[in-house]
Amino acid sequence: MGPIRESFIFEFLYCHLSLEASCSSVRILNIAFIPENLSWISFTLTAFFWIFVFINAALVGVLMLIWGERRLIGKFQARLGPNRWGPLGLFTPVADAIKVMFKEDIEPTLSDKLIYVLAPILMVVPVFMIFPVIPYGTKTFLTNISVGVVFVLAITSINSLSVLMAGWASGNRFAIIGGIRAVAMLLSYEIPMGISAAGVVIVAGSLSLSEVVNNQVIPNAIFQPLGFITFLIASTAELNRSPFDITEAESELVAGYMTDYSSMKFGLFYLGEFMATIASSAIIVTFYFSGWRGPSFIPSEIWFLAKWIGVIAIFIWFRATFPRLRIDQIMSLAWKGLFELSLINVLVLALMIAIWPDPSGIQLLIMTLINWVVFFLSIYIFGKILSPNLTGNKITKRSVVYGLD
Amino acid sequence: MLKDYFDHYAIIGFYLAIAISVPIGMIVLSKLAQFIKVRPSNPSKLKESMYECGMKPETERWQGFNIKYYFYALLFVIFDVETIFLFPWAAKYGIWSKEFGLMFFLSMFVFLAVVTLGYVYAWKKGDLEWN
Repeated sequence: MGPIRESFIFEFLYCHLSLEASCSSVRILNIAFIPENLSWISFTLTAFFWIFVFINAALVGVLMLIWGERRLIGKFQARLGPNRWGPLGLFTPVADAIKVMFKEDIEPTLSDKLIYVLAPILMVVPVFMIFPVIPYGTKTFLTNISVGVVFVLAITSINSLSVLMAGWASGNRFAIIGGIRAVAMLLSYEIPMGISAAGVVIVAGSLSLSEVVNNQVIPNAIFQPLGFITFLIASTAELNRSPFDITEAESELVAGYMTDYSSMKFGLFYLGEFMATIASSAIIVTFYFSGWRGPSFIPSEIWFLAKWIGVIAIFIWFRATFPRLRIDQIMSLAWKGLFELSLINVLVLALMIAIWPDPSGIQLLIMTLINWVVFFLSIYIFGKILSPNLTGNKITKRSVVYGLD
Repeated sequence: MLKDYFDHYAIIGFYLAIAISVPIGMIVLSKLAQFIKVRPSNPSKLKESMYECGMKPETERWQGFNIKYYFYALLFVIFDVETIFLFPWAAKYGIWSKEFGLMFFLSMFVFLAVVTLGYVYAWKKGDLEWN
């Protein structure tokens, strides 16, 4: 973790505020006015400006995602999607936000007032905290902490606490069933997520996210497909998104842990979920799609953005494609399938690196090939072992047509 | 070196402060809208009772839940600690496997094998089944 001024966006603003001697080469306009001995003021001002930009970008990103997701799902289902407010329905999420703000706020009498209010706040805060540690370009990052991978995994696991708090504090039986189910699912999927992230760390040789990107010669999605698939499935579950949206199974649990929430508090849960999709996609791009790396004729930030949008589109595609899983299927997928698959991925990778510590080009190619062979073999074997438990009864043509069994 | 460290974490600290104040601000703003009568507030006893099906609730708030959740929580504690142990090993793997060779791999393999034995035991006991 180098000095903070390695970050281009930070240095640019800092040098237009501070009169430091080392800044003169960066300055374009001579508008600096803060003397050198008060550098902490320019540091704080710069930091707060970029924090303001990042948080607003995240909020605008959520509005864009809500619009994009509804449009795309509309296309998938051969209907129009939102198209009334603004061109192509672009202002629909804005109207949604205003509506949520001015809805009546109902606080159930049985609720635990303090925790009831704290839960939606705790849902949003950790998701915000992912954005400052991600490297968006060669020199575009806000902070570059040396324990980025652990930080990201630790921060994302806080939302299970928020879900449990919401479910417990609402004083509603649907809420508590939904909350406990959600926590059981989130906890189970945290383990394969962590173990497959260890595979990324082995390749990077460091816990820093910028090193993870720097050392990804072959994108990890190609180099270790098994780790990528387990991480992708686990993060879909962590996001409570379809097909793992068991907590919000409307037909059985009303809205799960959000049943008794209304107005802005419900809006915060909504915001937190969509922002988590954006943040999680940024993590996947950094871990498995080699972050900002790409042919240099396009700026690195554009590469990152393109991959980012692509991964978000994968999540939307999942939602449009897969039917919801049952809770027993979800748990057995996590504990009997993904757990071993991620362990196999880490062990095979570690064994190969122990044999070839400094792989040359051809050796890297062989390693990738072995990883793909292991990928297909282990998926096939575990599919054979788990299929009776995962799919339940054998699906016949009759059961598909008449909805029997 | 130490200054760089504090610079990075100071920004994370500022960011945390702002990130906490944004959702609180949203809730407060929405509350303020109620005081200037933009947002309706007509509480009634039935409206504030717990939601059951839209009618007057008949049952109690509390109810039992499946013991299975405890097994999963216990298993989670065991295997999450295992995950945490993986990270320092993985971060230094590239460097130290050059020095110690296969020994560095085997030391982790033995640890994972011991934990996996416990996992197999839990599976055989039926703790991973959802019934």
